Amino acid sequence: MSPFLRSYLTVVWFGLAAFLVAGLLLGISALIRPNKPNREKMLTYESGVDPVGDGWSQSQIRYYVFALLFVIFDVEAVFIFPWATQLERYAGFGLVEMGIFVAILLLGLVYAWRKGVLRWV
Amino acid sequence: MNAVLLSADLPYWAISLLRVLGGLVAVLLPAGTVVYLFLFKMLSFMQSRLGPMEAGPYGSMQLFAEVGKWLQKEDIVPASAQPEARIFKMAPLIVLASTFLLVVVVPFGPDAWFTNFETGIFYALAVSSVSVLGILIAGWSSANKYSLLGGLRAAGQLVAYELPMVLAVIGVVIQAGTMNLQEIVVAQNAGSMFGWDGLGNPYVLTQFVAFLIFMISVQAELSQTPFDMPIAESELVSGYMTEYSGFRFLIFFIGEFATAGVFAMIASVLFLGGWGVPFSWFGWTTIDSIDNWMNVAGPLILFAKMMALVFFIMWIRFSSPRLREDQLQRFAWKVLIPISLVNIMLTAVLKVAF
Repeated sequence: MSPFLRSYLTVVWFGLAAFLVAGLLLGISALIRPNKPNREKMLTYESGVDPVGDGWSQSQIRYYVFALLFVIFDVEAVFIFPWATQLERYAGFGLVEMGIFVAILLLGLVYAWRKGVLRWV
Repeated sequence: MNAVLLSADLPYWAISLLRVLGGLVAVLLPAGTVVYLFLFKMLSFMQSRLGPMEAGPYGSMQLFAEVGKWLQKEDIVPASAQPEARIFKMAPLIVLASTFLLVVVVPFGPDAWFTNFETGIFYALAVSSVSVLGILIAGWSSANKYSLLGGLRAAGQLVAYELPMVLAVIGVVIQAGTMNLQEIVVAQNAGSMFGWDGLGNPYVLTQFVAFLIFMISVQAELSQTPFDMPIAESELVSGYMTEYSGFRFLIFFIGEFATAGVFAMIASVLFLGGWGVPFSWFGWTTIDSIDNWMNVAGPLILFAKMMALVFFIMWIRFSSPRLREDQLQRFAWKVLIPISLVNIMLTAVLKVAF
């Protein structure tokens, strides 16, 4: 296997370690903790009174709009990274190119701004 | 560590496993205990009290006492969350795993690293957003109005502040010309500012705007005050954590402090020169000419820098009021993102000009 992929083995070890440490502690906890459920204890918490209605409800559309805006910007940020590492080689040409790219990016932000998408209420 | 392990004739997977275990037990566990105690003492002194004093000398064993206590607490899954019980129980583990995976790329010394990814900082930014999934799952599966609101707020906030963070990091990448964290450290310590190399070139000085944006974003990513709307105790009763009890709550709770520590580590690697000291002090020029003792001193230097940053994160946390949700989003989209885009262009122009 290539060294590039091999170094990702450490990531696997760390992921396993996280679940193992937590799993081990939760396992110990399962052995020694009490388990005495009753109706009041199992109720959903709503400031001490009986819960009203369902816990799941529809959420505001604005979260979706912001998430959408984020995806657009994040994907474009991904394009800037490789450019940033090679700037020394591209020099003036890369600079102009990225200036146009960032300007378009800003234009998108200004458009969203003018459309009132960035207004929260 | 490296030389000893490589001289023994072990397969690759065994070497990397030993490396991880050694690092976890010898470096991260003691460091975690120290940082935990430091934070608790610090916040206690800010509130004019002594803080933990009973467990061990000056409360130094507080973390273990805490774990011992929480192990005995009942693990309650509310009746309305029973249909989703499995993912309800899973959520804290995902948040914890995200923190663990962040540590992978942090370099601790010239040879003391877990991995040396070419795209280290890219990986760190990607993995750090995994915790959003855990938080969203926790908020949704709790079947609680507070939790749902908290989870959505957390997701909206993490999404909004991920961008300025990524864009701030690009400034550093432009200056260093690499995404490899080890090379970023070397570039800072071997660099010079206007021909003077007495301090190297710590990017906190030359990328000051990016540093500020990065730290503000970290504050928001961790949902620390003034950006703690997702876990606002007085309105949402801890948001997505409302229904968690016992050890699962402790995982969330410790995960919060641990993530603060890890982000502070990454910030000190990016902006404060990481494990290194300015190379001109000892006449080093490249990474190969560094003396071997830096593998021992490096982690300590990194932790000192990390503690300083954690101190600032917590200082702001314990001394500022909470923002409003709309103010938070406005601040990210209308202030931080335009500034960081301008910062990228300015850095690029200066880099090409000089």
